[in-house]
Amino acid sequence: MSVPRLATGPAKNKLRSQTVNRTFYWMVVPALLLFVVLHTVPALTGIFYSFTNYAGYGEWDFVGLQNYVNLFRDDRILSSYGFTFLFAVTATIVVNIGALFIALLLNAKIKFQTAFRGIFFIPNVLSVLIVGYVFNYLLSNNLPLVGRALGIEWLSTSILTNPDLAWLGIVGVTAWQSIAFSVIIYLAGLQTVPAELYEAASIDGASHWRQFTSITFPMISAFFTINMVLALKGFLQAFDQIVALTGGGPGTSTESVAMVIYRGGFQGGEYGYQMANSVVYLIVIVVLSLLQMRTLQRKEADFS
Amino acid sequence: MSTQNMTRRAVDREQKSGPEPQQGPPKKRRTSNVNVPVTVLVAVLSLTVLIPLYFTVVTALKSPDQLGGTGFELPTSIHPENFSKAWELTDFPNALLVSGIVTASAVVLTIITNSMVAYAIARNMNRPFFKALYYFFIAALFVPFPIIMLPVTKETALLGLDNPVGLFLLYTVYGLSFNIFVYTAFIKSIPPELEEAAIMDGASHWTSFWKVIFPLLTPMNATVGILTCLWAWNDFLLPLVILSDPATRTLPLVQYVFQSQFNTDYSTAFASYLMAMAPLLLVYLFAQRWVISGVMRGSIK
Repeated sequence: MSVPRLATGPAKNKLRSQTVNRTFYWMVVPALLLFVVLHTVPALTGIFYSFTNYAGYGEWDFVGLQNYVNLFRDDRILSSYGFTFLFAVTATIVVNIGALFIALLLNAKIKFQTAFRGIFFIPNVLSVLIVGYVFNYLLSNNLPLVGRALGIEWLSTSILTNPDLAWLGIVGVTAWQSIAFSVIIYLAGLQTVPAELYEAASIDGASHWRQFTSITFPMISAFFTINMVLALKGFLQAFDQIVALTGGGPGTSTESVAMVIYRGGFQGGEYGYQMANSVVYLIVIVVLSLLQMRTLQRKEADFS
Repeated sequence: MSTQNMTRRAVDREQKSGPEPQQGPPKKRRTSNVNVPVTVLVAVLSLTVLIPLYFTVVTALKSPDQLGGTGFELPTSIHPENFSKAWELTDFPNALLVSGIVTASAVVLTIITNSMVAYAIARNMNRPFFKALYYFFIAALFVPFPIIMLPVTKETALLGLDNPVGLFLLYTVYGLSFNIFVYTAFIKSIPPELEEAAIMDGASHWTSFWKVIFPLLTPMNATVGILTCLWAWNDFLLPLVILSDPATRTLPLVQYVFQSQFNTDYSTAFASYLMAMAPLLLVYLFAQRWVISGVMRGSIK
């Protein structure tokens, strides 16, 4: 096999210093064009319309920053942000703790390991919308029965019709569906931890908890970061599960930002206004994701 | 010949160096000291997944007057007519066909185009154009769909793409940011000497990509394919805003319309949910190991 050796010499430098082969552009340009047309252009026109009073049809005028000012005075918008954050933060915490716990169990020396992994991943192959419909029925018909049988008052009516509790139902269903994916990512992380570390720790007499805090968690912290960022970003976009469970109700108590954009923009003639909402929402998500990555990565560094 | 040998070697190495979740600990250890309490705990926890599924199945088999109670009783008599009713009311074969075409096209087009883009970028990262392109695509990771939902709907309607074709094109380009991330990391681990050797033997860049690189990407293609498939099949918001013709509704969209029109006939509704879940669930049951290792691989890279 002399081929690789040949290529490492001056020949390699010669190849590298040539101008880019035109084929590379052909590989990139079609997808790039599609991306610009279907992603960048809509994003830019959206930003443009956020400075207008466009209703989605008919005439429009520039209104400057008026939409942005109005956003901060709009109770419906503010409460949708409140709900979205409450939901996303709670769901992120619940999903990550639950998934890490299940992943640790599945990584232990258990019987039928592959089969159990298979079972825990099932929710992820199902549509969130349909899962939401099934749980909608369970939560509004079966859970109240259990509540009545046990004499628990707040459980004896559907929690989805209770403005204070409906969000918990949404968190529960979201967790049921999303834990699956996080479990798999954590399992992938756990596979990267060398078994020798545990053997050494056992010889030194470290408890299971100590092994978790001193070995497992630091070793998989990169996976923890990925999961936290992905989960928070995903849950901030919640839409399907809310449509299926509460439709934003009771009242507007479980309306997420995505839902307000959808309703106001498509049905409410608030195209320009909701585009301003989208721009604010984008800034919020970018800032949050970057902050989250920075703090979590700093933690990672501390461990190592 | 030489490139083929190289290729095979690189594949071997790739498989050896990549963590192989399924092989994991040797079988001896697993059978010799099984942790029984943890196994029991896992079994109990797995009921949280299985019970809702069981509930869906039995509800779909009952007649409306058998509903009520705890809902978990077995049906006293089986009612297959729920399925035929749901089949007709939702025009199931049509929705299945639309979902199937959109998902399959999205998966094929995504694998072909996204791997090509990632390859061109990964091999030219030192050139400003490709480097800028990389960050341009990665930046789009931060842009959630609801933000461009309103303008993109207008635009697809304008371009005549408010149909399944537009839908799978959107899945292909919206997956680009994440897939480039996964593919470029993987391609960087493939020595450039491989294609360079092929090119010195007279192959064009194009041929060397398809003959040398693309086959080496198989594990990543599987990962990207699985994730795209799950996304395109189950997605609800994108079909909801893009598709304008009721005849081209995807399976999740049909459930939405069905739910809002016939929301009291729960037996038929559950039969309909079950039929919509069944295709991917069946595929998953047969390809389970493969799907899980595919998703795991994607998260390690």
